[in-house]
Amino acid sequence: MSEMSMETVYTALAEGIDRHGPEKSDMFLAKVCLLLAEELGNAERSLELIEAAQMNMKEMRQPAG
Amino acid sequence: MKPAGKSRWESLYFTYPKFSAPNRAGLAKSSSVTIVGAGPIGMIAALTLARYGIACTLIDAKDSFNDGSRAICVARSSFNAFQMLDRVEPFLAKSLPYLSGRTFFRGQQILEFFMPDSAEERYRPMYNIEQQYIEQYLYDGIAETDLIDMRWQTECIHVSQNADGVTLTLRDPNGDYQIHSDWLLAADGARSAIRGMMGLRLQGQNFEGRYVIADIQMHNPVKVERFALFDPDQRPGSTVLVHQQPDNIWRIDYQISDDMDETEAMDEANIRQAVSQVLAECGYDAPWELEWWSTYSANTLLLERYRHGRVFFIGDSAHIVPIFGVRGLNNGILDGINIGWKLAYVIKGWARDALLDSYDHERRQATLDVFDKSEKSTQFMTPRTRGYSIMRDAALSLALDHEFASAFANPRNMTPYEYTDSPLTGADTTSWDDATTATPGAAAPNAIKGSGFLLDECGMHFTLLAFGSVNGLEDISTDLVKIIHLPVNGAAEACHAAEIYDAKDGAAYLLRPDQFIASRWQDAHGSTIMADINRILSGGVTPGEPHV
Repeated sequence: MSEMSMETVYTALAEGIDRHGPEKSDMFLAKVCLLLAEELGNAERSLELIEAAQMNMKEMRQPAG
Repeated sequence: MKPAGKSRWESLYFTYPKFSAPNRAGLAKSSSVTIVGAGPIGMIAALTLARYGIACTLIDAKDSFNDGSRAICVARSSFNAFQMLDRVEPFLAKSLPYLSGRTFFRGQQILEFFMPDSAEERYRPMYNIEQQYIEQYLYDGIAETDLIDMRWQTECIHVSQNADGVTLTLRDPNGDYQIHSDWLLAADGARSAIRGMMGLRLQGQNFEGRYVIADIQMHNPVKVERFALFDPDQRPGSTVLVHQQPDNIWRIDYQISDDMDETEAMDEANIRQAVSQVLAECGYDAPWELEWWSTYSANTLLLERYRHGRVFFIGDSAHIVPIFGVRGLNNGILDGINIGWKLAYVIKGWARDALLDSYDHERRQATLDVFDKSEKSTQFMTPRTRGYSIMRDAALSLALDHEFASAFANPRNMTPYEYTDSPLTGADTTSWDDATTATPGAAAPNAIKGSGFLLDECGMHFTLLAFGSVNGLEDISTDLVKIIHLPVNGAAEACHAAEIYDAKDGAAYLLRPDQFIASRWQDAHGSTIMADINRILSGGVTPGEPHV
């Protein structure tokens, strides 16, 4: 996938999260993951990627007041 | 702003000139073109007109250059423009060229990017130089020519136009007077007075993010590159950009949190604290001096039309673009070059008025393209919604281990917009190799040629790149085109133009005076080329055909 296509996916996910709001964005992302896993068709690889996603759970910190 | 006790014009590295108001004699004489605003874009337009022998009156309300370093990143396309105007030497002597940048997340490098460069290019992809020097070097060119009547301390307080021209009331410390001009270029910046007097408004979005830019002087001789720091430990939650400039000046650029008020953010003690934190993060612990600081916000605003009769808006008066991607100054320079050659051609009687409409079309499309590109950069640097914020965090976190994710942090700096759908651009009539970047509407790629470069040989008019033997060149019955003959066995001649342009024997490329590609033919003939030049001089309409 080209960088440009990857950016389109990035934007679609960002806008999906905003569209469904804090209440439902987790569900939205979970559905996306299940659909992608189904498309990948490989449970072992899916589990590896789920493991990889749990590394470095670092987000931008809040600025000091 | 300046540190306590220092005046606006005191600087650690730059001596601001003081310009007097003009002498009263001869002020009211009419000129073909008046340009309001002697910032970089107004000066570029004036110098472009002068290249064609067109005189203009250039006015500016200030008595010196803009204060502070402001727009510091100058792209290759702007260096090509400086060369066209015979002004490039001082820029090359002073600027800091660079090719790369690095991005860090919580102190760990997640990306090193390299901007496209090759030995076939005369200039590097990016240079840093303070805006005062940009203005100084352009002004030195203005001072050398009698064609530009420069009037400092002069503001326009009234403007009106009819079918025959524009009437301006100008005011300087000695009084008011009127001048008449055939054409007016409004280069008077983001808060354009001309725009206001004509009742026009910029349209678009005012984004919420606010940023501080602060310049310091410190002795830190390291390789020149651009640094981006996401969430640095010394300043958690912040996004910081760091650029090196000439004279040991460093630019530090960071977002202000939404709950901080502007006065507080601009307080000298807070600026000093933020700078100290950033320097600590970079491991710099030697002395430094504070030079200047300012704020800006990321806007995407533009005029609905850049041409209003005999008035053209160029640079920030026409459009305000976000800072990420360094497209404000660099696109403004392309505005100045674009209107400059077209207006000169119309004034000289070489082209029809319709050519001027293509300025509006081409440069407005270029702005919209900037909005699209900078929107992505802005949403990554400073996300405005929860969704973009979560995605940014996910990308940064993944980028620590996965290379693909670091690409989201690439700033994708300015490259010139391609005028693919411009009325001046000729459609291909045969198929070409998709790999070449030399497509109709694109900026003409450069190539090594002899001891110099291909584009060095372009004149101020059209250029025809004739590869091998092109038929019927005797049918080109105009002095407005210079023909450059190029070999097709490029490797043997140590000139790769034929490869770069995907050109076989008998092919030709027509370059516009601004060195963008107008049209190309694989089996070119002089009569076709001549017809195409006439089409462009008619503003993109084939003469005799109705304008659609």
